[in-house]
Amino acid sequence: MPLAHIQANPSGGYNVQLPVINNPVADTSSGGCSAGSCGTTNDQMSHLPEHIRQKVFNHPCYSEEAHHYFARMHVAVAPACNIQCNYCNRKYDCANESRPGVVSELHHPVQAVKKVLAVAATIPQMTVLGIAGPGDPLANPERTFATFRMLSEQAPDIKLCVSTNGLSLPEHIEELSKYNIDHVTITINCVDPDVGAQIYPWIFWKNKRIKGREASAILIEQQQRGLEMLVAKGILVKVNSVLIPGVNDKHLQEVSKIVKAKGAFLHNVMPLISEAEHGTYYGLTGQRGPTNEELQTLQDACAGDMNMMRHCRQCRADAVGMLGEDRGAEFTMDKIEAMEINYPEAMKMRAEVHAAINEELESKRLAKEMQSQLVSIQSIKPKIETRPVLMAIATKGGGLINEHFGHAGEFLIYEASSSGVRFIGHRKTTPYCEGGDTCGDGESVLDKTLKVLAGCEAVLCSKVGYEPWGPLEAAGIRPNGEHAMEAIEDAIVAVYEEMRIAGKLEVKVTEQQKVA
Amino acid sequence: MALEIIESCVNCWACEPLCPSKAIYEAKPHFLIDTSKCTECASDFADPQCATICPIEGAILNEDGVPLNPPGSLTGIPLLKLAA
Repeated sequence: MPLAHIQANPSGGYNVQLPVINNPVADTSSGGCSAGSCGTTNDQMSHLPEHIRQKVFNHPCYSEEAHHYFARMHVAVAPACNIQCNYCNRKYDCANESRPGVVSELHHPVQAVKKVLAVAATIPQMTVLGIAGPGDPLANPERTFATFRMLSEQAPDIKLCVSTNGLSLPEHIEELSKYNIDHVTITINCVDPDVGAQIYPWIFWKNKRIKGREASAILIEQQQRGLEMLVAKGILVKVNSVLIPGVNDKHLQEVSKIVKAKGAFLHNVMPLISEAEHGTYYGLTGQRGPTNEELQTLQDACAGDMNMMRHCRQCRADAVGMLGEDRGAEFTMDKIEAMEINYPEAMKMRAEVHAAINEELESKRLAKEMQSQLVSIQSIKPKIETRPVLMAIATKGGGLINEHFGHAGEFLIYEASSSGVRFIGHRKTTPYCEGGDTCGDGESVLDKTLKVLAGCEAVLCSKVGYEPWGPLEAAGIRPNGEHAMEAIEDAIVAVYEEMRIAGKLEVKVTEQQKVA
Repeated sequence: MALEIIESCVNCWACEPLCPSKAIYEAKPHFLIDTSKCTECASDFADPQCATICPIEGAILNEDGVPLNPPGSLTGIPLLKLAA
């Protein structure tokens, strides 16, 4: 897996659900959850000024809800990199790996544009095109900008974004501002060269390879200058950071403060991906990635300073489709060559699809709003403070509990508390039962899932088999298939209320529960 | 006096635009250096540019067949781990 900035992916946002924020919703601190007042998107977007919300409209990477409806893609046109990161192996390419910096097929700009038009015509929900590697897009300025130039002309209904390690960002700000690019993601892992020296072994700078502390000092200076210049130009900046335990875990809170002060509008802290078989420096030297709990703790610590993105899926540099899925195999070059695309026609169809989605989201928003008003009336009754509970959700999307426990490749984690329901993040696993062949491994796969769900006290899914039931209960995770096809947040509220009535939520129980 | 790109090249394109002599060209299965054009950047830069940006240890050799970036020199991965 290559490149530096790799753990980056584009981001955007979404305005349909945002008006919720301006509504006189229930005072969440007085108890009683309403999906409208404490939903996932508020966490991410509520601090954004209106002009930014408008810009980040319908971007699947920016909101837990939007990503159920809109899709994104990356095109791999930028293979070269100008730095080395210790979490990256430039030799890596594997079709079975879904992680940043990994690609199957490198494209020339003309091919990439053809692919984008083919995908946009086939998947009308695709609203965002990002260039994220597999190298550093700005270390390949000709290819990157040729792609953006053609897309700005041929597909004006697609938003463009780019991720970079920041080293050559300042010199490209002018060019970036010419296209339909309103988001740039910079991967900033540190603001201290001593920390950087443990992350970046070298950079290529002014025709020399520079190593050690000096290298990261230059990189940090360029990243910060690039961030300031983008903000000055009115281009949105998201910052990605890779959480590396023992290297930058404590330091990232400072990074969060600084980038926020300079005007970045989102900070995305992602876990280090580090396996020996990836052949990276970290993988081979035993540097571990963070646990789910460590990641959550840091995201919570930074959240006071910055809007955090918790549903980032750390996509491949050639990902296609909704977040968490990859339809890249449907759009290989040979298949695209055989497609006839009439983009002006496709654009009309796309506009209709987008309008329908917006309408659906708007009606959902109104429903939530009404519900939140109801809750605000109910919440007049004094309520006893209850302890927070983590719940895992199996979903295929659409904001519903609509996935079987055994088919879920990932679980969404929510926290219910007396102040509401909040989205915490997603945790990946191997589906417990993928069908005949893998069921033989059922037991070890279940063990993995149990580990992934550590800390959760319930798992809500459309159906759960007899076999995993016992082990789940034994692990303190109540399987629950009673809320199939219901809206996620409503179901969580219902389960939390059941737990409260059953007397399982008294604050004093907290310590015991943690141990369990 | 010329450098050589060998099969461990991953075709990342990083070197190609840097060559002051336009000696590097795309080829299958990997990029190659035109030995009649390569000057090892002698009159242009302190270091040969291709080997200065190349991320793959061992992919570029000098005239004596010695890698300009020997194993472990770029990633810092200990040789024992590389061999494993």
